[in-house]
Amino acid sequence: MEVLNFTYPARQPVAQRVHVGVVGSGDLEVLLEPSPDQHAHVAVTTSVDGFGAVWKIVLDRFFSRFAGAAAIEINDFGATPGVVMLRLEQAVETLHR
Amino acid sequence: MSAAPPHERFLTRHSFIELPARERARAILDADSFRELLGPFDRLKSPWLPLQGVVAQSDDGVVIARGRIGGRPAVVAAIEGAFQGGSIGEVSGSKVAGALELALRDCERGRPVLPVLLLETGGVRLQEANLGLAAIAEIHAAIVALRRHVPVVGVVAGMVGCFGGMSLAAALCTTLIVTRQARLGMNGPEVIEQEAGIAELDSTDHALIWSLVGGEQRHATGLADALVDDDAEAIAAQVRSAVERVASPRSEQVECFLERLASIDPGNPPEPRALRALWAREDAGGH
Repeated sequence: MEVLNFTYPARQPVAQRVHVGVVGSGDLEVLLEPSPDQHAHVAVTTSVDGFGAVWKIVLDRFFSRFAGAAAIEINDFGATPGVVMLRLEQAVETLHR
Repeated sequence: MSAAPPHERFLTRHSFIELPARERARAILDADSFRELLGPFDRLKSPWLPLQGVVAQSDDGVVIARGRIGGRPAVVAAIEGAFQGGSIGEVSGSKVAGALELALRDCERGRPVLPVLLLETGGVRLQEANLGLAAIAEIHAAIVALRRHVPVVGVVAGMVGCFGGMSLAAALCTTLIVTRQARLGMNGPEVIEQEAGIAELDSTDHALIWSLVGGEQRHATGLADALVDDDAEAIAAQVRSAVERVASPRSEQVECFLERLASIDPGNPPEPRALRALWAREDAGGH
């Protein structure tokens, strides 16, 4: 198990909180809520060690399109990068619904 | 059953099994009445899993929701089978026990709350051992106390099934609803194979497993009360009808079950089909 933290610049506030996903095999849960400051913060807890560089690539790509000042907690149980991105996009879609 | 061709019946179904725990609770409760207690953002996680290198989930795999069923106040405890096999740890078990105990307190004060358990669990979480078992004992005690006031309804939909200490919780319910995909038993097939050998039970033989502990067999032998299709609306409708039904819980029919056990020779156990004939439910043919 490994804990990874990331910070990204943000341009707009996030108004509400959203929960999607489950800590099941090959899946993850995302808890997204308003950030306490002007930045976006991501805290990843993952069952698979040694993939910090891959997490950074996936999150860099996600934050190239998402500018919300969100505090995001990810609890991961071996999701592939594609599933991670789908869950993040699902969270944003739910946020905008 | 309708006369429509099978594939059309399939297409109009809204699978309950495919729903995660939160959506299952929402499907059981009246529309727009779902209100979650101790949700993910309360972050009541297992303190024990991370110490053993296992990622915790923000709700510890149990969703507690207040709402209404048929217009009456209700509480649903839904177990998430995808997280750690729906296993019961200190926190998840205490959430279920606490919800039932609060419902009991309301019932004792003359404000009945209908309890529904959506059981999808391998039983106690081995990483939390006795703490999980203690919580399961509290769940059992709360079910027995509650069912004097209101029917306690259990649902085993699948695909995890309901095993271990929580199979006893299912057996204590006033009414137990199952699907064909459900399994209900004390020891899971893998455990039996591991402990007694593959000659005793081949846990990869799905047809055999379901013929022994599957929902259809459990219903046919009177160990479950209703057999429903994997359809969210059909299951919700069955729950609505179960909360209106005053019944003698199975676990109070001691003489009847002792007689049934006495009719079996453990040295020469009956095949599943023979057991159905031996233990045929009284309303056989009704389903």
